[in-house]
Amino acid sequence: MINFILNNKTISTDSPLGITLLDFIRKEEHLTGTKEGCREGDCGACTILIGDLIDNKVKYKSANSCLMPLGDVDGKHVVTIEGINQDELTPVQEALVDEGGTQCGFCTPGFVVSLTGYFLTHEAINPIEAIDSMNGNICRCTGYAGIKRAAIKSTSLFNGLKRISTEDLVNKKFLPDYFLEIPKRLIELQKLRDKSKSGNGLPDKRVLVSGGTDLYVQKWESLIDEDLFFISDVNELKGISIEDNRIKIGGATTVSEIENSPILQQYFPNLKNDLRLFGSIPIRNRATIGGNIVNASPIGDLTNILLALNSTLHLTNGKSKREIFLKDFYKGYKTLDKLEDEIIAAVSFRIPRENSFFNFEKVSKRTYLDIASVNSSMYLELSDGIIVEVHISAGGVAPIPLYLARTREFLLNKNISDEVISDAAEIATSEISPISDARGSAEYKTLLLRQLILAHFIKLFPELIDIGELV
Amino acid sequence: MKNFDAIKHVRGESQFVDDILVPQGLLYGYVFYSTIAHGKIKKLDYSNALKIDGVIDVITAKDIPGENQIGGIIQDENLFAEETVHFVGHPIALVVAENQLQAHAGARAIECGFEKLPAIFDPREAFEKGEVIVPPRIFSLGDVNKAWKECDYIVEGKVESGGQEHLYLEVQGSFAYPTEGNGIKIISATQNPTAVQRTSARVLGIPMHKVEVDVVRLGGGFGGKEDQATAWAVMTALAAKKLNRPIKLILPRQEDIRLTGKRHSYSSDFKIGLKSSGKIISYEVTFYQNGGAAADLSPAILERTLFHTTNSYYIPNVRATGISCRTNLPSNTAFRGFGGPQAMFVMESAIYKAAQVMGVDPSFIQKKNLLKEGDEFPYGQKTKNCRAVRCYEEVESRYRISEIKKSIDEFNQTNRLYKKGVALMPVCFGISFTTTFLNQASALVHVYTDGSVSISTAAVEMGQGVNMKLHHIAAKMFSIDPKRVKIDTTNTSRVANTSPTAASKGADLNGYATIDACEIILKRLKKVAADELKKEDPSKIEIKNEIIFYDGNKTELIWQKLINAAYLKRVSLSAQAHHATPNIYFDREKSKGEPFAYHVYGTAIVEATLDCLRGTYTIDSVKVVHDFGESLFPIIDKGQAEGGIVQGIGWMTCEEVMHDKEGKLLTDALSTYKVPDIHFAPKDIQINFLEDVPNPYGPFKSKAIGEPPFMYGIGAFFAIMNAMRSFRPKMEIELKAPLTPERVLLSLYSEIPELTLQNK
Ligand SMILES: Cc1cc2nc3c(=O)[nH]c(=O)nc-3n(C[C@H](O)[C@H](O)[C@H](O)COP(=O)(O)OP(=O)(O)OC[C@H]3O[C@@H](n4cnc5c(N)ncnc54)[C@H](O)[C@@H]3O)c2cc1C
Ligand code: FES
Ligand code: FES
Repeated sequence: MINFILNNKTISTDSPLGITLLDFIRKEEHLTGTKEGCREGDCGACTILIGDLIDNKVKYKSANSCLMPLGDVDGKHVVTIEGINQDELTPVQEALVDEGGTQCGFCTPGFVVSLTGYFLTHEAINPIEAIDSMNGNICRCTGYAGIKRAAIKSTSLFNGLKRISTEDLVNKKFLPDYFLEIPKRLIELQKLRDKSKSGNGLPDKRVLVSGGTDLYVQKWESLIDEDLFFISDVNELKGISIEDNRIKIGGATTVSEIENSPILQQYFPNLKNDLRLFGSIPIRNRATIGGNIVNASPIGDLTNILLALNSTLHLTNGKSKREIFLKDFYKGYKTLDKLEDEIIAAVSFRIPRENSFFNFEKVSKRTYLDIASVNSSMYLELSDGIIVEVHISAGGVAPIPLYLARTREFLLNKNISDEVISDAAEIATSEISPISDARGSAEYKTLLLRQLILAHFIKLFPELIDIGELV
Repeated sequence: MKNFDAIKHVRGESQFVDDILVPQGLLYGYVFYSTIAHGKIKKLDYSNALKIDGVIDVITAKDIPGENQIGGIIQDENLFAEETVHFVGHPIALVVAENQLQAHAGARAIECGFEKLPAIFDPREAFEKGEVIVPPRIFSLGDVNKAWKECDYIVEGKVESGGQEHLYLEVQGSFAYPTEGNGIKIISATQNPTAVQRTSARVLGIPMHKVEVDVVRLGGGFGGKEDQATAWAVMTALAAKKLNRPIKLILPRQEDIRLTGKRHSYSSDFKIGLKSSGKIISYEVTFYQNGGAAADLSPAILERTLFHTTNSYYIPNVRATGISCRTNLPSNTAFRGFGGPQAMFVMESAIYKAAQVMGVDPSFIQKKNLLKEGDEFPYGQKTKNCRAVRCYEEVESRYRISEIKKSIDEFNQTNRLYKKGVALMPVCFGISFTTTFLNQASALVHVYTDGSVSISTAAVEMGQGVNMKLHHIAAKMFSIDPKRVKIDTTNTSRVANTSPTAASKGADLNGYATIDACEIILKRLKKVAADELKKEDPSKIEIKNEIIFYDGNKTELIWQKLINAAYLKRVSLSAQAHHATPNIYFDREKSKGEPFAYHVYGTAIVEATLDCLRGTYTIDSVKVVHDFGESLFPIIDKGQAEGGIVQGIGWMTCEEVMHDKEGKLLTDALSTYKVPDIHFAPKDIQINFLEDVPNPYGPFKSKAIGEPPFMYGIGAFFAIMNAMRSFRPKMEIELKAPLTPERVLLSLYSEIPELTLQNK
């Protein structure tokens, strides 16, 4: 039995915890404003908002209900389009109508939820971010022009306002007033929440679900009857901290949390921007670092970044703990050095040294909300112009997320020059074994990796390079 | 006035097939289909499927009481494969179960064995082997053979354009339930309710009057639900009939993409001859259309390719050959533009290549050859109210094209790794179904005693805003509060023998029919009003904002009272009207005629920025001057233009339909088939309405809008190409769309042989 609030209604249900929230909303609650467009997190027609209590305040985030197990909303507030509707159109809805932001209407509830969610999750409003909040929503009809106009128009209602609160949103009719009571109601509900969850290993015969963004794409049908072990709310598996000169990230930390971490922003000022290339906002709100690593997809973006930071995994099965370098974790296509009952409790890497550089590159058919054709990260330390430490990764070019060991060997103790870079790119392409698939031919991926290796250096050391010689 | 449909949409209250409340006892279907591209079915054993919990039945060709035939233009397509399968995705059976999961599990449990036969995927290969859907068609004007001699330049080339998945956000779906007296009711997401009705009747072996098809709205169609919504609707009807239960079939996205056809990919050869002045003298082209396994709409689409061979240009000598080739892929089908975009891409490619050879800018050739008043198209029709030059010149001057070009040159000179490119794209698109008899529609208008009005037409709302346009027309005709009007569902029992909502003609045909039906009622109402007011002359009655005027003077009588009076006087408050586009014809033997009611014109400027290191690009802006006539509803028309453009850009850039060697679709999900997202779409899209251009052939002087703007997207290809050439001036030009980042990068770095060899 779980309890949650769906829009303005308190729900207690015995439905299987593995069904998707989308199916629960549409089939059991008969709320049909939330649409199914793809069931793989790629269209946003199913977007909903999830509110959870953090320090007695409700924090909302958008999510794809097609990838979210029902079991994960225990004690939370779920908002669908029906929970936003009021007698009159909200300013977001009205702007979409007036600016031609809807045609067939199938995608539209998802856009309304995303954009309304933007106002609910940001204190300072700006139109560029408002548009970006819909980066997980696909519209096949409008060409987005009317949608963008609507976003700009609805943000203009807050011109000059520095911070906006739920009260402001209720006053301006962005939200119905029941939202004001949600914090109190959630405090009561969360008293009923199952407190026995922990991050101490995976109990026998259970399937671990973190964000579910890989699992639910791969096998949502078979998860319905599984005994699921949800870890997305387990506090000990979350968070980003500094310990012993290392940055440590809990295994269930989401990509959004990584993006917004002050610690990471301090050491990796570009990381937030890099991670904009990861899925969409609702995907990043759910996708976790542990899931990215264990899913072992050769193109995993976080994995790619972590390889270049020469990260260590902290595994536990409740009884014992062990550590292993991420680069030693992958044994072959989707085979890992991991026991059944082991959980990734955390990932850690050394704080970047002074005079160190980091860069992430990703190219995909569509820049945003797409899987890389090839990605690559590089971490590099210089001392007197000489490369004293370097780690480079390459994704999409081998059965596993690849650590480019030979390229590293080659670069160590060298000066950065056109010739060195060019040779390094050459060596990198000899370490790989790409296959041709929907993300590109082997020939393309090889060429692309060469380009991305060049790109690392061109971006980090433009003054040391004669571009003309390289391209 | 707000768009009434849009209000429902933003509240999530619009009902799509899967949202409609269902009757009791609903069962669900799942399609079982071929996993090979061509072969004989050697074994089909579904006994294990029937053992699965919840599975009720497996419906196959054997269960068909009528004909196993769903072909439209040509009777060459079965509902379920019997002996042979012709493409991966060819339906073989429908598994029916208590819920979707069980139906899917049932399908997995079916054992099916095939004996493979050779399969063809390439249209040229199909042509060589004699696999054509219809005999080749030729359109010609003047004499190309003679004309080559007059040319200073003759340029030849090959052009490829890829397929395109419709990716309407609402997948294909239908539900059906038996009605009394051996009837069936089908709720379908189709652009073509009559096709669903006719085909269901044929497959079930019952007369059409026993089949009622109802369409509320579609979550996007774009042509993908013109012919290809039929199969799923018929399957539900068949199963509902057999099992005497309501059946719903919603294709999961992956099956929707796998099982249905796409925009036709084309492979074409061109030869173009020009004077040094830039004047095109002669143009010869052969289009090899990849038709897929069955005819579907391919012959009609091919015909439109031929109609649009010369895009927006007058060319005195033309010879265009179109060949529809049969391959082992799902039948390709209608998609916004209907063969027109493929033709225009070849035309623009030919100009581009010629410009390169001549060392001029393509716009130099474009401008020299734009259509003028009275110019003849290869199919014999002459331009009327031609606005090709006006749109082109207006967009050039409004946006100062020479300054754009100058600033791009400066950018390209100062940036090594980023380059910009610009291209102009003129479009001329003919409006009407080129199959003349389809240019008819009817409307049924009821005024109820409370003064509210219901309109039923043949038009299907799928996002193009036809409902709101009809709504607007009806409210305007009666001069009443738009709130009184409701556009009803499209229903074959209310409006019969409908043409599909397609060819951008929905608002034109049904708008005229609605005007006529309203006119009939108005005429009666005026008589009633004159009687009520005890006046002589009904022709002096006028309704303005619900108030009745006589001879220009306001009277006491208002709409509501007038309706009531008419009812009490036993005057009919309902009317039906039929409209057929006048004065159009086409002689298919001679390939000459006046097939189009009118043409739509416009020109776009498209700008792109290329990342020369990574091979990625952005389409920065699209600036358009377009001839909308007098728009019925500007925000709808603007939206159609914006949406069409982005879809067209997608077709030219990131949307790539890929198959493996066995004919299996590799891009069968949104994760692998990429359509433009909010960031990929150009940041800046500016749509300008050409001013003061009433269209005498459209309702209230409007023009059709659905398809033409799609083709502005073609400009994106050439804008990127220009940026590429600015980085690699000597680069070989490959006229192959989509121009994905992969194609871009491989072209830019083609001279790095050691890399390409390493991984072979
Ligand atoms: C639309 C969409 C876009 C995407 N875009 C990107 C992208 O741009 N870049 C990218 O890299 N990925 C992308 N992904 C993939 C996915 O979001 C990521 O791999 C994500 O990090 C997976 O995390 P999760 O928590 O959702 O994993 P889950 O689906 O919950 O789990 C995946 C696997 O990991 C296991 N697991 C999860 N956490 C742990 C743990 N702590 N210890 C042990 N095992 C664990 C699970 O049991 C399961 O086997 C995308 C996915 C979708 C649906
Ligand atoms: S249904 Fe497409 S993202 Fe959920
Ligand atoms: S309005 Fe049709 S998909 Fe967005």
